Amino acid sequence: MSSLSATIEKIFNEPGCAKNANKSDAERNKGCTKQVQPGGAAGGCAFDGAKIALQPFTDVAHLVHGPIACEGNSWDNRGAASSGASIWRTGLTTDMNETDIVFGGEKRLYKAIKEIISKYNPPAIFVYQTCVPAMIGDDINAVCKAASQKLGKPVIPVNSPGFVGSKNLGNKLAGEALLEHVIGTQEPDYTTPYDINLIGEYNLSGELWQVKPLLDELGIRILSCISGDGKYREVASSHRARAAMMVCSKAMISVARKMEERYGIPFFEGSFYGIQDSSDSLRQIARLLVERGAPSELIERTEAVIAREEAGAWAAIEPYKPRFAGKRALLITGGVKSWSVVAALQEAGLDLVGTSVKKSTKQDKERIKELMGQDAHMIEDMTPREIYKMLKDAKADIMLSGGKSQFVALKAAMPWLDINQERCHAYMGYLGMVKLVEEIDKALFNPMWEQLRRPVPWEEVAKNRQTKVMAQMDAQAAEVAADPETTRRAKKVCFCKEVDLGTLEDAIRSHGLTSVEAVRQHTNALGGCCKRRIEDILAKMPVSSPPAMLQAAE
Amino acid sequence: MAIVTTPKKACAVNPLKMSQPIGGAFAFMGLRGAMPLLHGSQGCTSFGLTLFVRHFKEAVPLQTTAMSEVATVLGGYENVEQAILNIYNRAKPEIIGICSTGVTETNGDDVDGYIKLIREQHPQLAKFPLVFVSTPDFKDAFQDGWGKTVACMVEVLVESPAGGAERDPARVNVLPGCHLTPGDLDELRTILEDFGLKPSFLPDLAGSLDGHIPDEFTPTTIGGIGVDEVAGMGRSSCTIAIGEQMRRAAEAIQAKTGVPFRLFERLCGLIPNDEFLAFLSDISGRPVPAKYRRQRGQLADAMLDAHFHVGGRKLAIGAEPDLLFDLSSMLHEMGAQVTAAVTTTQSPVLERIGTNEVLIGDLEDLEELARTRNCDLLITHSHGRQAAARLKIPFYRAGFPMFDRIGAGHQLSVGYRGTRDVIFDIANLVIADREENHQPTPDSWRTSRQRLKPSRRSFIASTEESIA
Repeated sequence: MSSLSATIEKIFNEPGCAKNANKSDAERNKGCTKQVQPGGAAGGCAFDGAKIALQPFTDVAHLVHGPIACEGNSWDNRGAASSGASIWRTGLTTDMNETDIVFGGEKRLYKAIKEIISKYNPPAIFVYQTCVPAMIGDDINAVCKAASQKLGKPVIPVNSPGFVGSKNLGNKLAGEALLEHVIGTQEPDYTTPYDINLIGEYNLSGELWQVKPLLDELGIRILSCISGDGKYREVASSHRARAAMMVCSKAMISVARKMEERYGIPFFEGSFYGIQDSSDSLRQIARLLVERGAPSELIERTEAVIAREEAGAWAAIEPYKPRFAGKRALLITGGVKSWSVVAALQEAGLDLVGTSVKKSTKQDKERIKELMGQDAHMIEDMTPREIYKMLKDAKADIMLSGGKSQFVALKAAMPWLDINQERCHAYMGYLGMVKLVEEIDKALFNPMWEQLRRPVPWEEVAKNRQTKVMAQMDAQAAEVAADPETTRRAKKVCFCKEVDLGTLEDAIRSHGLTSVEAVRQHTNALGGCCKRRIEDILAKMPVSSPPAMLQAAE
Repeated sequence: MAIVTTPKKACAVNPLKMSQPIGGAFAFMGLRGAMPLLHGSQGCTSFGLTLFVRHFKEAVPLQTTAMSEVATVLGGYENVEQAILNIYNRAKPEIIGICSTGVTETNGDDVDGYIKLIREQHPQLAKFPLVFVSTPDFKDAFQDGWGKTVACMVEVLVESPAGGAERDPARVNVLPGCHLTPGDLDELRTILEDFGLKPSFLPDLAGSLDGHIPDEFTPTTIGGIGVDEVAGMGRSSCTIAIGEQMRRAAEAIQAKTGVPFRLFERLCGLIPNDEFLAFLSDISGRPVPAKYRRQRGQLADAMLDAHFHVGGRKLAIGAEPDLLFDLSSMLHEMGAQVTAAVTTTQSPVLERIGTNEVLIGDLEDLEELARTRNCDLLITHSHGRQAAARLKIPFYRAGFPMFDRIGAGHQLSVGYRGTRDVIFDIANLVIADREENHQPTPDSWRTSRQRLKPSRRSFIASTEESIA
């Protein structure tokens, strides 16, 4: 068992990562996560990353060891889908309190594990470390080991406290936990020459099920999916697969590479986003399986399926081409491979005005250039203000991005489509790409946009009236301001009946009033809420006998 | 009198509670040109941000000091300094509000000291409004964070009026609890203005998170109460606090400026609103406008129409103390039985909830109690959806977060009108549930066992028949 810092070091030296391999030694030593800037950061933490990577294991209980913030603020916030088990969606946390911080939280953690086993009896428990228990020195590895032995159930420590780094690092640490404690600990019931692993696929919105029917048709079995709709037993016995596909994500590369190293499972990096990508991926799977001993007729059958599916998809997209002619799209994505979506959108007739390449590798950028031409607008990092400006200036007709930047588009009254993790539609495989095109069409041609962009008809009228009124008020104010006595006397005393100070003073002076009751009789003032204020005025006024003239009259 | 209990279990299952720092950050979002800043690891901010975005469906400003492992060991001074400078230079805010988290409370960062030092080091920040609140994750809950933060805002931002300064009799301070929505604040503003009063809301989420579309892109909050207006709150004639959580802030204003306060524990329900309007009529010296007489009549009628459906319902409710007290009391007054009540943190109002026991617990506790006590109406935030599906009972979403429905920011519950809407919504849920899940069949009353032991549903159905 290695220390957390040693594990992180190991991850940073990932030979399978193209980006890492291109770095100089000095750069590599710095590690692959940029130090985030205080006051200028927006991403999740390493705990977030680890939880995202592992939570789609549906029959596992995911227990978060930490104060309420880590789980309480984040549970049940991912759109992964499950075909059966539901324990993964249950939020479990030790909810550490002040006493635990002072005396240590290990006992509470052990008790929590015991409670979960007695209540739910899941095949395994994943225990996530967070910042605070890491700071106070709770040793979750030891607790998990003890719990595994005493309770006879795999209890897996996932050592990825938030402050060690970014979400991406957390993904990797989660992979390390799987490699160290899970993969290869059980044996599958049976194996076939058609067994594959999918690594880094999370089954968001159930999109894996858009592709699985094709694999089923070809007789290819997903022995284990890490981690979408995954089961503990499947991942524990995933070392018996013949080939693996790393699904459009560098995050889990160490899992794929180490499984190749340890168990001889060859892998390729592919994606099911986009039509050509889907075809490429199916071909690669077939090729690797045949190389590992599957009958070679698999390749022919795969080609037949690809030909059929591609023809179907292109035919479905065809009607959109004339509608999309001249429409410009801006693509801001994080994890999803930009170029694979770019190809599909172009095929549908959209004009791509820009695409983000924040997380793309050199090869990815080359492919984008191939597709979009040398002058492709590649956006390294765009601030929300720039995106807003671009949309507002109508340099684009629609933006496709993740949920966090959506409001930039919507506030600019521009169509927007969610293509990141939180989306509710599935866009995978051939069907998914047709669905994406459909959704773009729906967003682009919604009559609402036109109404929203139209200027408000009464605004101009109101503005004109307002300026007039304002000018009048200014003039009045200037007059009043010229005479301080007028201002003083104009101050309202009774708000209900709008009686001002001057009126009251005059009444008091001319009638020689001394009580609130008397003031009420002589003026409109109510003397309810303003009773105290009138008393104040009475107190301030010089007590004078009524003018002689009035006295005489009475 | 309810007894407040805490469960003995080690593992919180399906948490009801949200953490204290994001409650604090939420309060800062009601200030104009504000940037809330959580002093902690970046995940603390990221989770909170996601929660707010999903609830309001709005862009939400929230920043982090991005504490790394090393910074946590060495102390966070530099992170706080850099964060403040970066935000000050880039976002150009009018105020930065800082909340601590579990990490920075555990290592004992002295942020008040840091701020002093930062002001000395950077003269441009000498007078810049910075408010710091201590909000460890491992203590208290969301509403406590909100309450503490508003109290801190008062202490730092409200100016003590100079000796001879006069109070403005028409001006009133309003301190709303975090259970009020932007829609609620707008409703309150209308009511107060109808009495000729000029309210200053602290915080004013209605200006920032009501979903209005600003003309320009702003990285900070797009509205809310300005720092200058907060400074002048000492010149108001009185303070109205809504929810027990605001007592601390109301007392802080009184101590600092002498402005007296009146605390309203609830604003959902007939009686609380009668009291509220009577008070407004008293301080303004105006009679209650005719409009509210009509609204009062409408509410009374709504209560009459709805009590057939709400009366006798066994309510399971999970919410923060003030919201729990507000909603459960309103339904209790309409004949519902508060059968299971779960909350997040201690509060003096809990023991006055109309039930035998209030549990400080989680949604598992609520679900379990609802199941064993045969509850047939569930009220809690969106995370209760799984429990409601398992229990197969109608589910009314209330509180924070509400991420699986839209319009959370405009759900109204204050005033006669807001109460009326809540009552209609809940009653309609009950009606829809009966239509969908409890239609009688020819076999409903056939077996002798059922005749002898009528189910809870058929009992309610028969009551209705007799009324009809």
